[in-house]
Amino acid sequence: MSYIPVKRPKFSILDKIYVVELVKGLAITFKHLALSLMGKSRSKKDFNGKGVGACMPFPEQRWDAHMPEYYRGAPTLVRGEDGRERCVSCQLCEFICPARAIKITPGAVDPNSSCQKQEKAPAEFEIDMLRCIYCGMCQEACPEQAIFLSKEYLITPTDRKDAIRNKETLYKLGGTRKGLVNKWNQHK
Amino acid sequence: MEHNVLASILANSCDTACCGMWFYLIVTILKLVLVFAVILAFVVLSVWIERRVAGWIQDRPGPNRAGIPLHLFQRFGSKEEQPCKKLLHFFGVPENCWIAKLFRWLRLDREIPTFGLMQPCLDGAKLFLKQELTPSYVRKVYFTLAPMLVLGPPLVAAAVIPFASGFSTPFGDVNMCVANLGIGPLWIFAISGLSVYGLTLAGWSSNSKYPFLGGLRATAQLISYEVAMGLSIIPLLMMFGTLNLQNIVQYQADNGWTILPLWGEGLTWERWFMMLPMLISFVVFVTCVFAEANRTPFDMAECETDLVGGYHSEYSSMKFASFFMGEYAAMVIGSALVVTLFLGGWSIGFGADAALHAWCDWFAVICQFAMFLIKLVAFIFFFVWVRWTLPRFRWDQVMKLGWLVFLEVTVANIFLTAAIIYFIN
Repeated sequence: MSYIPVKRPKFSILDKIYVVELVKGLAITFKHLALSLMGKSRSKKDFNGKGVGACMPFPEQRWDAHMPEYYRGAPTLVRGEDGRERCVSCQLCEFICPARAIKITPGAVDPNSSCQKQEKAPAEFEIDMLRCIYCGMCQEACPEQAIFLSKEYLITPTDRKDAIRNKETLYKLGGTRKGLVNKWNQHK
Repeated sequence: MEHNVLASILANSCDTACCGMWFYLIVTILKLVLVFAVILAFVVLSVWIERRVAGWIQDRPGPNRAGIPLHLFQRFGSKEEQPCKKLLHFFGVPENCWIAKLFRWLRLDREIPTFGLMQPCLDGAKLFLKQELTPSYVRKVYFTLAPMLVLGPPLVAAAVIPFASGFSTPFGDVNMCVANLGIGPLWIFAISGLSVYGLTLAGWSSNSKYPFLGGLRATAQLISYEVAMGLSIIPLLMMFGTLNLQNIVQYQADNGWTILPLWGEGLTWERWFMMLPMLISFVVFVTCVFAEANRTPFDMAECETDLVGGYHSEYSSMKFASFFMGEYAAMVIGSALVVTLFLGGWSIGFGADAALHAWCDWFAVICQFAMFLIKLVAFIFFFVWVRWTLPRFRWDQVMKLGWLVFLEVTVANIFLTAAIIYFIN
């Protein structure tokens, strides 16, 4: 067993009387109060806030420009560079989704599609945004790199039906992506 | 006192007697309304102060959104979408002018600025509209009675607090204190001690473990600190020689505040010597007021880390709100008492009271009232400031502090004061 014995700090008489320490604590909090009222809070610059304190008044001022690359927002479907639907309706994302937000109805491949090698294509692809927990498992599971989490975070449906996003919406939000998957390419 | 009034009425001729009685009644009712309004306004204000100051201390703005949006006025016939912006545009004020900047800073381009002062009103409205849920297992009568018992006493206790000195009118003298009792502080202790019944009943009637523990804690804590609180003001009473709060404040106005004796009959070394027991009294009394008002670091009764919500866990809607308001009212009354006893009450200080009274009675009273309110706000700010600085004490620490430290310190302080008074005179 390895353990580290932590010694309790020895309090001096001054500490035990408590009044001096109380005044010190009050001074610290008052400093914070004064700084945040003057708009000079310590971490203000990091947060890029313009309001009182280190806060960013949200709807007027947004974090969007500072969003990190790895931000996980709403999941979307993407098309390949040739405009082909990348999703092959394998339903792996549906199986892995811990919140069971995804519902795929597989269908036949569109005869006009540039790639006829795949067996299926999604006839309908629905994501219930009320269930989605933005974990990114679908993105990880997808063998076709067809589903990606976007940086969209303002998801405010007005009723439950609005919250379900269908295939069309998802493709519109996702747009096209280049590269990565080329196993369906004719040239290979 | 009323016997005296009646006797004087009978003794005087009918005309002046009726006049005097009516004057007395009307003035008393006016003072009652004023005190009631001030206390309730301060309850609301202290909620706002609490939330704003908490925000500032934690580097955030606090509730600043609740305002009156200007676009609402479109409904009442105003055609302008943003009246203030249009106004600036009409006068040709450029966007980067300081007036426009000031308007933006005041958020006038969006709404009528209230600095979040609307927030308590909206909180109240929310609590009114929430579902009132009374669990099936509670004792209904006591369950309903408890919130009233908490909210009532602080409002009653406010009666003896003087909020300005007096002035004379052709009909008679007016004393700016609802009930000019000769037992001021005792009245407040007695009445505010009653509010513990509310907490205990709430805890008991909830028929649930944690509220019960909260109620027990509240009882034990209030009783313990009531002792130290009562003993801690005895040195003051020895110095003032009176229990009448109006006289106490008058004494402070003439001779310097209890913990700031800078004017009066000269800064003798005896008075500085008296400062020591007064400061000890001040520290002990303020701490006891914190404990009495159930405020952090002494809010053992509603300590959410070990008692869910404490004695009001089972309450909802307006019943919960009245506990909340009762607590803040107790805080306001506690602040008012500290201000009255130690910080000079309504007195403006530095001999300004007498000068103002010599100039104009009415103006002096208004100034003193304003001064009292300023001191009250400052002390409420102190309450909030301490709350967001100190962590909560442990239960055994609270009891130890009450019985093993404060009791001894206050008793020793009484002897110290007696010795100082004996050797000086």
